[in-house]
Amino acid sequence: MLGEGIIKGMAETARNFFGSFVSKERLITVEYPEQRIPTFENARVFPFLVYDGADWEAGLRCVACQICEKECPPKCIYIEKSKEKKPDYAGKLQIYPAKFDIDVSVCMSCQICVEVCPFEAIKMNTEFELATDDRFGGLLLDRQKLARSNEYYHSIHPTEAAEVDARLAEEKAKVEAKAKAAAEAAAAKAAAAAQAKPTDTASPKTDTPKSGTPQSGGEGA
Amino acid sequence: MFSKLDQIFVVLQHWVAGFVPVSLQPIVLALVGVVGIVVVFPALFALTTVFERKGLGRIQNRLGPNRVGPFGFFQPVADGIKALTKEDVVPFNADHFVHFISPVVLLVAVFMGFAVLPVGRNMQLVDLDAGLLFYFAMGASSELAVFMAGWSSRNKYSLLGAMRAVAQMISYEVILLLSSVAVVMMTGSLSLVKIVEAQSQYTWGLPHWYVFTPWGLLGFILYAIAATAETNRSPFDLPEGESELVAGYFTEYSGFKFAMFFMAEYLAMFSVAGLGATLFFGGWSAPVSALSFVPSWIWFIAKVMVAIFVFIWVRGTLPRLRQDQLMNFAWKFALPLTLLNLMVAGLWRFMNPGVVRWVVCFAILAGAYVLMARVGMKREKFGPRSYRYAE
Repeated sequence: MLGEGIIKGMAETARNFFGSFVSKERLITVEYPEQRIPTFENARVFPFLVYDGADWEAGLRCVACQICEKECPPKCIYIEKSKEKKPDYAGKLQIYPAKFDIDVSVCMSCQICVEVCPFEAIKMNTEFELATDDRFGGLLLDRQKLARSNEYYHSIHPTEAAEVDARLAEEKAKVEAKAKAAAEAAAAKAAAAAQAKPTDTASPKTDTPKSGTPQSGGEGA
Repeated sequence: MFSKLDQIFVVLQHWVAGFVPVSLQPIVLALVGVVGIVVVFPALFALTTVFERKGLGRIQNRLGPNRVGPFGFFQPVADGIKALTKEDVVPFNADHFVHFISPVVLLVAVFMGFAVLPVGRNMQLVDLDAGLLFYFAMGASSELAVFMAGWSSRNKYSLLGAMRAVAQMISYEVILLLSSVAVVMMTGSLSLVKIVEAQSQYTWGLPHWYVFTPWGLLGFILYAIAATAETNRSPFDLPEGESELVAGYFTEYSGFKFAMFFMAEYLAMFSVAGLGATLFFGGWSAPVSALSFVPSWIWFIAKVMVAIFVFIWVRGTLPRLRQDQLMNFAWKFALPLTLLNLMVAGLWRFMNPGVVRWVVCFAILAGAYVLMARVGMKREKFGPRSYRYAE
């Protein structure tokens, strides 16, 4: 029958019209500035620099190795190395970035910098409101603006951050164990040397090779 | 008290005219009436744009505009400011004078239609004996303005839109006219005031609206379809099909001229809805005699707004027609039915009142409708198109 389809269609739209006033499931609009849905864990927008501890400048994990700068496809990262060194999370002395700028307008959110970073220092942020009224300075973010605490990283990417923390802890433990072993070895060496001293005067070639080998647990510092 | 409210605008008009000498009074009376029309219907237009956007939003399970003012009802103010402050760009090669004058011509032609519409009891600007004829003459001249706009723009999209508009409006003008001729045949007058008066009688509290007769029902359906096409509303919005023609005949218009086209389209909707209400739904008369105490102009506006709601509803439902479908529908389906409707109206006039008359007339029209739908439309390929690709 001619016109039947029109009636059906009209009924459907009428159902939508009245239904949207009644049922909340129909009206799925999120009124953005006031209402927000939580960002997804896998979301990625723009990189940020992770720091440990309270002081962002001291805690930056970045060691200015410049791998990300070289790998960045649109070349939006600019790094300047520092002259002096500061201790990293494991206590090792490292250089740090005196300057670390990323241009928001150039970045294409590819995450390659994150993937190449061997120090877990740069990660992707989920913050998407990056608009600014200053198109020259405002779009170039320096290291202070890029710095985010590790707690923040945990809050946006909990799973990934936990993995990273575990890995870093493991590495730190390894380094510490190594350092400890080295210290022990050194101590043992010193002790052996001290022990050997009195005999040294008597017979220098008898004891020294034996005392060194059995006591050393970890090899080489 | 209610009878006073019914005539409040007429009293107001005469009160204003009372301030000038008697010789000037007819001019002032007309002027006040014109001001009333020019103020009320554009205000209604502003309100309708919000309602339309919100209604369409709800149909699509969205919220619609809700940022400007309470529930977004100041949106037309923002839109108006935007339209007024926008740069008015005129194409270099355009016919500047025609390009400038066509939105004005369109708006004037549309406003002229309101002159003969009885908005309430004693509330028409002029009671012409040939009011309906005048209305259709004005409706036809809006086609001229549309073509002027399309032609003067020197733009292929504008021209295509104007061509489509003229082809469509002329085709559907025939149906629009002939479906209302049945009403004229029954009333015996072209005066819209007389047509309303003929319908505002009641038996058992129910009105004698023409839509409650078989020929009136079919006439109204055809009128509604033709009116939708006349006002270039979806699903007949080919002249301004934005997916094909940018904006059709007003592609090259910007700023306030664009707003004028927009307003003219909505005003045409109001006036055509008002005419439909006048012809088939008893104009300003109440739907049941018990409600006659409500001021007549409220009924008129209410009927127009219901029609506008249906316009919006249809727009939210139906996709745009193709050009061949549009023409086939007009000439091969709607026009024969309209002609048959005219004959049935004559038959109705000369048969004795009663159930038999109703059944016979309804059977003829329903039979014709089914036959046309089954046979006439089946020959045309209205199904999905088949494509033949080059090997």
